[in-house]
Amino acid sequence: MEKQTNREGIKGWLNPTRYGIERFAYWLMRLTGLGLLAYFVAHIIETSTIVDGKDAWDKMLELTQTTEGHIILALVIGMSVFHTVNGIRVMLGQGGIGVGKPGRPDYPYNKPASLNNKHKLCIYASIGLAALAMLYGLQVMFGV
Amino acid sequence: MAAIAPQTLEEKPVAVESQSKSITLRISKFNPKTESNRNFVDFTIPYKKWTTVLDAILVVKENFDHSVGVRYSCRQSSCGSCGMKINGKPALACYTKISELNSNTITVEPMDNFPIIRDLVVSFERMFSAHKKLKPYIISEDSEITKDTKEFLQTPEDVEKYLQFSNCIKCGLCNSACPTMATDSSFIGPQALAQAYRYVADNRDKGKNDRLKIIDDSHGIWRCHFAGSCSKVCPKGVDPAMAIQLLRGYLLGFRK
Ligand code: SF4
Ligand code: FES
Repeated sequence: MEKQTNREGIKGWLNPTRYGIERFAYWLMRLTGLGLLAYFVAHIIETSTIVDGKDAWDKMLELTQTTEGHIILALVIGMSVFHTVNGIRVMLGQGGIGVGKPGRPDYPYNKPASLNNKHKLCIYASIGLAALAMLYGLQVMFGV
Repeated sequence: MAAIAPQTLEEKPVAVESQSKSITLRISKFNPKTESNRNFVDFTIPYKKWTTVLDAILVVKENFDHSVGVRYSCRQSSCGSCGMKINGKPALACYTKISELNSNTITVEPMDNFPIIRDLVVSFERMFSAHKKLKPYIISEDSEITKDTKEFLQTPEDVEKYLQFSNCIKCGLCNSACPTMATDSSFIGPQALAQAYRYVADNRDKGKNDRLKIIDDSHGIWRCHFAGSCSKVCPKGVDPAMAIQLLRGYLLGFRK
């Protein structure tokens, strides 16, 4: 079927390199969305250990106190911040806010108004804020 | 995928101006009716500053392999026929200069997300039917040719609201770059959605509600995630991503 329709399929969105920072943000939004979903499921499993008593709960908590646990939590912080800030940008854009005004296009037509600097700036800001939040989280967790 | 031994112009006694620079043109060859896999065939082609990818393909057709399937007509980015994947990205072959690609090897393949007819030629049937479904014409009770030949006057500002969207040449590059088109076979696509906006934004048109009803569908406008790749590749400055978000503004109540 894929061959007949020549659809790019899932690899179409797995490659973020071809269409600029906006496509990169789209890719990161999907990855962080999936990452947060995985965390959400893991979190439910983690907290449900409380029904097995205090020992089981403490043992599970110990897991989050390891180096690997701290790194995973730092990634969760980064994913949440990027997904939230970029999500606000996408939601505003999808309501037609900040996507530019229709006008007379000029040759060589390579500066679409919807891919404007405001959006690019927001994307860089979401990545920057996510990185800062991760660093802060790592600092708190590792106590350096 | 198999690569066939490269062919060079020097091997054939054809009169082509001698050139100092040359590239390897890798052409994807595939006939879905008779073959099960794509082949890439390499050709060494001389080029000048202004040689386009389409020019290079036509050199191949003239001198090495006349069977290469390629669709073209205007050769000036007006007809929308020659869209293909050039070094991994959808572009018009007649609008892409070899010298601007900064690569010694240029790979041309059929556009993604369209069924392949043969080699570089894809079928536009689905794109055209999605376009048609969105009523790409002015819907109005009034007519210019009746009632004392009344004119529909529009100010330059009225025209600017839809002008850029009417630049669409239906080349399909936007649908090929779109990540939703890559996975959702029923998605209307950026080309048709941009055209829906073109008519909705025209103050002579009265078909807004009809069109909004059509796109307010599970495979309609809500499937766009504003990745912006459609606008990035559009060769005519249509900016489908803008049109889609403005159109969505009507459905969300931000616009009247
Ligand atoms: S919107 Fe642009 S890329 Fe899409 S079909 Fe029209 S001209 Fe081609
Ligand atoms: S040949 Fe007409 S657009 Fe390229």
